[in-house]
Amino acid sequence: MTVRDEVVKASPAKESSDGGGVQLAEETRAAATEGAERWRRANAELKEKRPYWKTDFTTVSGMDVPELVGASDVTSDPVGDIGVPGEFPFTRGIHSTGYRGKLWTMRQFAGFGSAGDTNERFRFLLDHGQTGLSVAFDLPTLYGYDADHEMSTGEVGKCGVSVCSLADMESLFDGIPLGEVSTSMTINSTAPILLAMYLAVAEKQGADWKTQIRGTLQNDILKEYIAQKEYIFPPRPSMRLVTDQFAFAARHVPQWNTVSISGYHIREAGSTALQELAFTLRDGIEYVQYGIDAGLDVDAFAPRLSFFFNSHNDFFEEIAKYRAARRIWATVMKERFGARDPRSWMLRFHTQTAGVSLVAQQPINNVVRTALQALAAVLGGTQSLHTNALDETYALPTEETVRIALRTQQIIAHESGVANTIDPLGGSYFVEEMTERMVEGSFDYFRQIDDYGGMVEAIEAGFPQREIVEAAYLAQRSIDSGEKIVVGLNAFQNEDHDQIETLYVGEEVAQAQLEALDELKTRRDRGEVERTLDALRRAAAGVDNTMPPLLDCVRAYSTVGEISDALRDVFGLYEEVPVF
Amino acid sequence: MTDARHRVLIAKPGLDGHDRGAKIVARSLRDAGFEVIYSGLRQTPAQIVAAALQEDVDAVGLSILSGAHNSLLPEIKDQLSAEGADDVLVFAGGIIPEQDIAGLKDAGVDAIFLPGTSTQTIVDYLNGRLGAPDAGKY
Repeated sequence: MTVRDEVVKASPAKESSDGGGVQLAEETRAAATEGAERWRRANAELKEKRPYWKTDFTTVSGMDVPELVGASDVTSDPVGDIGVPGEFPFTRGIHSTGYRGKLWTMRQFAGFGSAGDTNERFRFLLDHGQTGLSVAFDLPTLYGYDADHEMSTGEVGKCGVSVCSLADMESLFDGIPLGEVSTSMTINSTAPILLAMYLAVAEKQGADWKTQIRGTLQNDILKEYIAQKEYIFPPRPSMRLVTDQFAFAARHVPQWNTVSISGYHIREAGSTALQELAFTLRDGIEYVQYGIDAGLDVDAFAPRLSFFFNSHNDFFEEIAKYRAARRIWATVMKERFGARDPRSWMLRFHTQTAGVSLVAQQPINNVVRTALQALAAVLGGTQSLHTNALDETYALPTEETVRIALRTQQIIAHESGVANTIDPLGGSYFVEEMTERMVEGSFDYFRQIDDYGGMVEAIEAGFPQREIVEAAYLAQRSIDSGEKIVVGLNAFQNEDHDQIETLYVGEEVAQAQLEALDELKTRRDRGEVERTLDALRRAAAGVDNTMPPLLDCVRAYSTVGEISDALRDVFGLYEEVPVF
Repeated sequence: MTDARHRVLIAKPGLDGHDRGAKIVARSLRDAGFEVIYSGLRQTPAQIVAAALQEDVDAVGLSILSGAHNSLLPEIKDQLSAEGADDVLVFAGGIIPEQDIAGLKDAGVDAIFLPGTSTQTIVDYLNGRLGAPDAGKY
């Protein structure tokens, strides 16, 4: 029996309901059913006379949308499934105070060029009211190559900031007191190296790791194999690096979120909303299982797990996804893992609006798309939010477009009024029904993945990868055929050519970075570099936690490339078998 | 060999792992009757050129979203020329700023497809440029 079966079985409201309705007083139920029947007849009659203007009423993910959901159709239990904010299963939010206690954190992801360029953008955003930092690294940094590696040709500083050593990290956070901001770093394969660098900078600034350092590492290696593909090592040693960080942070940096389990990239790679939800939460289950298998107490690390979701165009589907995510996670943590600390049951998440939904044609329209997506995230109860800029199908955003994106969030927060009440859509027949479908669909996927033996095994078998490729292909076909309308792209086109100013990162960044790297290599103590890298190799080959030797490596100014190579020596490389 | 279909290599130069577009184009070309070879991720120019020669392809489609196109695309074209494979059609798609397009075309990239391009546009383009498959070649 699966967890979900047990939960359903344990819910008396579900057992007593016939035909799926919730418990209502008998007369009320009869009246509701009768009303629904009347509507069905009237609707069928009118539809006969005047056919609908289209035949496909599905979400952007292709999920069927019911025409009307009424009191007699809802299958969620108002107490056991929906409940109240701040209480298990947290469908209505993790905080009893909603956004009245604290608005979501407006966290714009930024990074380009040199550490100095990005440091300037960070100060600009902090000056304009942003409340947390979020670092984008360039591809060589993500992939464990220094700027002078052959594979780094043309990539340095392009998709994010280039960080080769602690010296770059010092410039990145120059003048920004790490004890006073919370920082999110989008880094995965090389996450432990960048965490070590962040902690080393904090140490130099005199900030106390235990009481002052707050932030999040993405560090979600499973979704790299599934979707984003920035992996280096095979899955099992990668999972060991993650559990090493769980153990280290729980002891030394207790306010640090060691992993941000990410559906964002799964969705961008083409998954449906349901697949995004199910694969992400199943990844979460995998991390918890590996942590427990590594000897950690679930309540020692589970409260520091956080999530990261996409917000796409289909408004209610997205809201249902977030509400379902909280309910599923709470149920899984309590029932499957026996977590006792309520903080382990709470799913906290960051949201980013869907990059893939942005349209190059008539790009100003992207502000509207992003606003709707951001609103869905807020109505779904996100803890933090990044809104994309209108020009991101062309290039990294300019200051001007980033400011509009941030202002979009501020308008939602301060003008729309939606943050005044908690979970305003709770109890909507339609939203509760969509939430329930997301829950059921996710447990179906969990069963399939459990049958493989777990997510690592399912990835090795190519299961989530195949599901995503198929969904991406179908989505593209529905746009190419005109079945799904995208404004400005396959309908409502303009004759005019769209001209907008975009940010340009030239090759001078790479040149400067190469010179700085050369200079660093002559300045540092070569013997200390070798000694710390050897100690890291020994820890990696054995069972000791890799974080303390990593800290020694970065303090000695060993580079990201050198440290990654030391780990490559021990762990080897991962090669995927591509499916299309 | 009697198979007279055109052969196309879809390749991912550079470090970015965004393979959604490359895979959709690969599958659409396959559905449209092309023989498609997909390189997988993170291929150097030398690896892509070696694959193009080994597979004796008529065209190479390069998908790149990382911003490294100005360095990598001309390099691939140059290496193909150096190998005497000037007749191999090179086209590209991805996030490529407009101001870079003229330079890439001067370097020999035949066509660049930007976000929003339908798969049919790419199929039509290749059919137009490659013409009817040359049965004698095989």
